[in-house]
Amino acid sequence: MAVIPRIAVHVFKESVRDKVLYNLVLFAVLLIVASYLIGQLTAGQEVKIIKDLGLGATQVFGLFIAVFIGIGLVSKEVERRSIYSLLAKPVRRHELILGKYAGLVLTLAVNIAVMAVALYAVLGYMSWVETEEFRQSWEAPATDPAMLLAVFLVFTQLMLVTAIALFFSTFSSPILSAVLTFGLYVVGHFNADLRNFENVVDSPTAAYLARALYYVLPNLAPFDIRAEVVHAQPVTLGYVALTTGYAAAYIGALLLGAMFIFSRRDFK
Amino acid sequence: MSGYAIRLQELTKDYAVGFWRPSPVRALDGVSLDVQPGEVLGYLGPNGAGKTTTLKLLMQLVYPTSGRAEILGRPAGDVETRRRLGYLPELPYFYDNLTAEELLVYFGGLFGFSSADARRRASTLLDRAGLGAERRRQLRKYSKGMLQRVGIAQALVNDPEVVFLDEPMSGLDPVGRRDTRELIRSLGEEGRTIFFSSHILSDAEALCSRVAIVAQGRLAATGRLADLAFETKGWELVVTGTDDGALEALGLDTATTQVDGRYVIDLPVDRPPDQLLPELSRRGLRVVSLTPRRESLEDFFMRLVAHREETAS
Repeated sequence: MAVIPRIAVHVFKESVRDKVLYNLVLFAVLLIVASYLIGQLTAGQEVKIIKDLGLGATQVFGLFIAVFIGIGLVSKEVERRSIYSLLAKPVRRHELILGKYAGLVLTLAVNIAVMAVALYAVLGYMSWVETEEFRQSWEAPATDPAMLLAVFLVFTQLMLVTAIALFFSTFSSPILSAVLTFGLYVVGHFNADLRNFENVVDSPTAAYLARALYYVLPNLAPFDIRAEVVHAQPVTLGYVALTTGYAAAYIGALLLGAMFIFSRRDFK
Repeated sequence: MSGYAIRLQELTKDYAVGFWRPSPVRALDGVSLDVQPGEVLGYLGPNGAGKTTTLKLLMQLVYPTSGRAEILGRPAGDVETRRRLGYLPELPYFYDNLTAEELLVYFGGLFGFSSADARRRASTLLDRAGLGAERRRQLRKYSKGMLQRVGIAQALVNDPEVVFLDEPMSGLDPVGRRDTRELIRSLGEEGRTIFFSSHILSDAEALCSRVAIVAQGRLAATGRLADLAFETKGWELVVTGTDDGALEALGLDTATTQVDGRYVIDLPVDRPPDQLLPELSRRGLRVVSLTPRRESLEDFFMRLVAHREETAS
C-alpha cells in the first residue's frame, strides 16, 4: 500500500477511537427519541420534521467531527511533537497532508453513512406504522431517495469545511484553527449577501471589497437543500454536479495552499 | 558520494523570535563535522547548545539558514535516503489511541513492509527495547520511560544504517539507562553509524568512539573523549567501615556526608587517590566507589573560548 492510503487508514483508526463513535450513538439515540416526541406533538407534519431535524443533525454532528478532528490532524501532531518521528520516515510533506485529509474524509463518510441509515430507519418505521391513507397525505414518501442528494451535499460541504480546518491547522494553533474554521463556516452561509452589498451601501470601495470577498470566501449556502427535499421540491442532478464541482475546486485550492505552507514550515 | 555517513558543512540556523517585530536568534553557527560509516559519535553539549537543532536540520524538520547537511552522500531530507535512517526525537510522543505494537506496524508500513512483516519486526524490536505485555496497551497510558523505549524501537523499525538519537537516556530510570546504553553499544557493534546527542558526559564515555562538543551553537571540539583534556577538579570517594577518627588520622576532611555508615569524601585535585587507596585498605576501610569530578561541558567550552581569545590577543 502506498504512503497516502496508509496515513489515511491510520487517521481513520485514530479518529474512530477518539470517541467519534460515541457521538454517533448519541446522535442516533437523540434522533429516535426526538422522532417519537415530535410524533406526539405534531399532527400530520411528523415526517417533514423528522427529515428536517435528521438532516440538520447530520449537518451539525458532521461539522463538529470535521472541525474538531480536522484541526487536530496537523496542529495537534505538531504541538505534541509526534510529527517529528513521522516526518523522519520516507513520507513527503505533501503526502502527509493528502493522507490526513483522505483519512478524515473516510471518517466523515462512515459517520454520515451511519447517520443516514439511522434517519432512514426512523422514517421507514414511521412509514410502516402509519395507514396507507395517512401516507397518501405526505408530500413525499418517508424514505424518499431524494434525501440521499441532501445527505450527499452535506457530505460535500463537510469535505470543504474539513479542507478549511486542515488549511488553518498547517500554520496555527488548534484553538485558533477552530475559531477561524467556525468563522468561515458562518460567513460561508451568508456569503450571498456580499454579492449584492452595493444595494445597501453607497461607497463603491466597500461594494467592490464585498464583491471580492464574495468570490474569495467559500459559499456554503448552495449545499443546503434541506428545504427543497423536505417539501418535495425538485433538485436537478445538474445543480448537484455544479455544486460538487465548486466544492472540488475550492478543496483543491485549499489543499494546494496547505501543502505549500506545510512544505516550507520549520518544526521548532 | 562523499564517503562520509554524515557531513555537516558550515551549517547555520537562525530562528525568528518575536511576533510583531521578529528578530533572528542564532541557534547553530557554522557547524562543520564529518562522521565516518560505522562510527558512534556522541554529540555533546549543555542544554540549549544547539544539539536538537542540528538533529532537526539533519531530519529536515527545520531548514538551514545557510550551509549544508548530507547523510549517506545525499542532501538531508532526501526521502529515499530516509529509508536507511532511524531517528529518535527528544522526549518522543506518539498517538494516544494506538498501542506500541500498532504504532510500529504503522511506521513499518510507511517503509513499505507488509502487515505480517511489520508485525514480526515490531515484535522483535519491542522485545529488544524491553517492552513486555504493555505493548498492547494504548500509548496514552505509558510512562515517560516507556515512551522512550517505544521511541527507540520505532527508530529501528527499518533496520537503519544510520541512527540518530536525540537524548536517548532522558526520562529513563537507572535500569532503562543501562539497557539503552547496551542497546546503543550493540547497534554500534552491528556496524551502524550512530549519532547521538547528550548533555551528560558519562553517557558518551561508555559508548563513543569519538565526540563532538557543541555549545552556544558552535562546535567547540571534536576528538576522542580521552584526548579532549577535560580538567579533573577532584574525586568523590565513598568508603565504609570507618569513623571520623580514622578519617582524621588520614588527614581527610571529616565534614563529610555520612549516610548509612558510608562516608562521601571530596578529594581535592592536589590529593590524588593513588596513594590514598593502599592506606585505606591497610586500615580496613572498604572503598564503595571512586568517581572523578570533572568540569562540565559548559565549563569546558567556556575555558576553550577564553583560551582562544587569549591566544588571539
